[in-house]
Amino acid sequence: MVKRQTPFHKPVSRRTVLKQTATVTAALGAASFSPQLTLRLVPQAWAADHPAIGTYPSGSSGDTVYVGAAVPRTGTYAVQGEDELKGFELAVEHINTGHELIKKIAPKITKGVLGKQVKLVVGDSAAKPNQAVQEQQRFISENKIVLMTGSTSSAVAVALNHFAQREKILYVAAISGSNDTTGKDCVRYGFRQCFYGETAANAIGPVMLKNFGKNKKAAFMTPDYTYGHTVTKSVNDYLTKNGGWQMVTNQVSPLGTQDFSQYLTNIANSGAEYLINVNWGRDAVLSVQQAKQFGIIPKMTLVVPYQIPFLAKETGPELTAGVLAATDFWWTLEDKYPLAKIFVEAFDKKYGYKPEWGAENAYMQFAIWARMVSEASSFYPPDVIKQYEKGETFPSMVGDVHFRAADHQLVRPVVIVRGKKPSDMKNKEDYWEVLEVVPGEPLMQKPDAFGCNLGEYT
Amino acid sequence: MINWPNFLSQLFNGLVLGALLALISSGLTIIYGTLGVLNLAHGAMFMLGGYAGWLAFTYTNSFIVAVIAGSLFVMLVGVVMERLIIRHFYNRPDEDQLLVTFGLGIVFVEAVRFIFGSLSKAVPAPPPLVGITPLGFMLYPTYRLALLGIVLVALIALYLVLYRTRIGMIVRAGIEDSAMVDALGIDVHKVFMLAFGIGAMAAGFAGIVNAPVVSIAPDVGEAILVQTFVVVVIGGVGSFPGAVLGGLIAGEIISITSMFNPGYSYVMLFVAMTLVLVFRPYGLLGTAGRE
Repeated sequence: MVKRQTPFHKPVSRRTVLKQTATVTAALGAASFSPQLTLRLVPQAWAADHPAIGTYPSGSSGDTVYVGAAVPRTGTYAVQGEDELKGFELAVEHINTGHELIKKIAPKITKGVLGKQVKLVVGDSAAKPNQAVQEQQRFISENKIVLMTGSTSSAVAVALNHFAQREKILYVAAISGSNDTTGKDCVRYGFRQCFYGETAANAIGPVMLKNFGKNKKAAFMTPDYTYGHTVTKSVNDYLTKNGGWQMVTNQVSPLGTQDFSQYLTNIANSGAEYLINVNWGRDAVLSVQQAKQFGIIPKMTLVVPYQIPFLAKETGPELTAGVLAATDFWWTLEDKYPLAKIFVEAFDKKYGYKPEWGAENAYMQFAIWARMVSEASSFYPPDVIKQYEKGETFPSMVGDVHFRAADHQLVRPVVIVRGKKPSDMKNKEDYWEVLEVVPGEPLMQKPDAFGCNLGEYT
Repeated sequence: MINWPNFLSQLFNGLVLGALLALISSGLTIIYGTLGVLNLAHGAMFMLGGYAGWLAFTYTNSFIVAVIAGSLFVMLVGVVMERLIIRHFYNRPDEDQLLVTFGLGIVFVEAVRFIFGSLSKAVPAPPPLVGITPLGFMLYPTYRLALLGIVLVALIALYLVLYRTRIGMIVRAGIEDSAMVDALGIDVHKVFMLAFGIGAMAAGFAGIVNAPVVSIAPDVGEAILVQTFVVVVIGGVGSFPGAVLGGLIAGEIISITSMFNPGYSYVMLFVAMTLVLVFRPYGLLGTAGRE
């Protein structure tokens, strides 16, 4: 039988084509009486004129679309990577079954996206940019993925940003706190849900000054890559400009450091009163545990400007008691936001523990993507990008949010938490107390402040 | 932070780190010296020691039991590994040996990850060793001080086994010339198995005694492996005293450099290794022609 590609890209018989043509003609005829229907149909008709770009149209021509995740499953960020993966898996499951939570964020989702089931393919990035890019390259050739995600290291996010722009395949960053991700390394094809390090600094800075006062001495611990350097700079800039704080030492360590004794010795001899630890993942766990061994904690007060999922679980709540941190999400926000409640319940039911912000961020990124594709009624990447860039407000687990067109950064609140003492914990996962939910918009610098230039659509 | 208290502190830090590196490296160097196999699973042995010890600790709550269990388990793993797999690679090209040990390392790490997950596990220091000890120039974690003592005792024990016992003599002879040992009628296969077991045990022991300092995770041995290679190259391949000297030098280089700028500590370590390779290609205490 003769098969051909139709504008809908499914191999179909001549008979079906004739039937469809008749239906579309009839529908268009009817549409002339209904402006709404016209609007809904027109993008579909346009789709036929879209030139091939990236994996479009072949990636979305079957009844399944693939999304590729390159998350760290080994190495320093393995714990957080596995957690992200659970967020992605849950989102995919919800998209494919048309779960109520997905429908609240992406109302046009029924079962699947534009009638296609979503399948997640997963690779291990080990938090290394090269490895992440290789994995995605493999997914492109083997699965013709329509969306990429992954990162727990901003170095990976930045690499995948540029890769996405080159390959013309959408990329939604997973965890990435660097100012570069939607700053100097922003791209047209990349989007970020979690906030800038700068935003975190502007949110936690006032809380620090309020709690600790002015003119203090701080020691910084910084992981040696884009995230570490930009977050340390943002936090230090805020504290020095607004509170007269002084950075007495900045201990920069490579990703994957195990023994922090040399760095901690320098800090112990620095005369600092506060320890601002920008380290992340296992680096953060080890540096905090070892700071305790050296007596630096509790002598110095620990601050975590960009929260690390599972920090309290791994170090024990004794070490995080009283610690201030800026985070995307904490599960007790379920008392405040209905969507958070549905998410926490669904996640806990499936995985047996309360989700941390890595999983929430992952879930939201897929949910937002599903929203944008279903609203645009198209998998054609420029259509989806333009849908993001409309900047429409939509609900999230921390209230209403929207994207900034100029840097592809979600405008969302920053949650400030403080570690609970073990005696104050109501259950074994009640590690943090939410102090404030700070609105995001006033915290954010201008979109071009870090030199963002998004680049081309095609 | 360039001042005397910090210098003394870092000097001391270097000693602790160096002693640990010396112990792990001597395991690697014994295996390489005797069998001619560069065991890329040595980092995984370090990790396995930590996990076996941690498991024993969760059941018995005894640190001493944990240390014994960790060491013996890894020794057993080493012996079994040598018997079942490594033995078949003695006469195969070096690359095959590297690949098989590298592969085994991955298998061990991922098996542990599969069973215990990626979340790190803490083994607390024994209660009398918890806390901080003032050293005059700085406050130092008591357990790290104890660790220095524990590792020194282990190194001395290893020295006594290698230099004061008949078995040690045979192993050393095997390092010098295994063909000759074989020709003298000694069952060289048994020696190889034993050497592999002892070498692995050194890493396993280090893995569990280091667990209260650096909580364990499946990847804990990865970074250690690279450092121990550097130590072995600096000290001299196959030389036990070389491993000890190399370990101390490496520890001090890392620590003293970090006083100026931690970012350069590993750069300096590799600079030192390069200098050794240029001026003494067989390592500081190595001998030309040894395999």
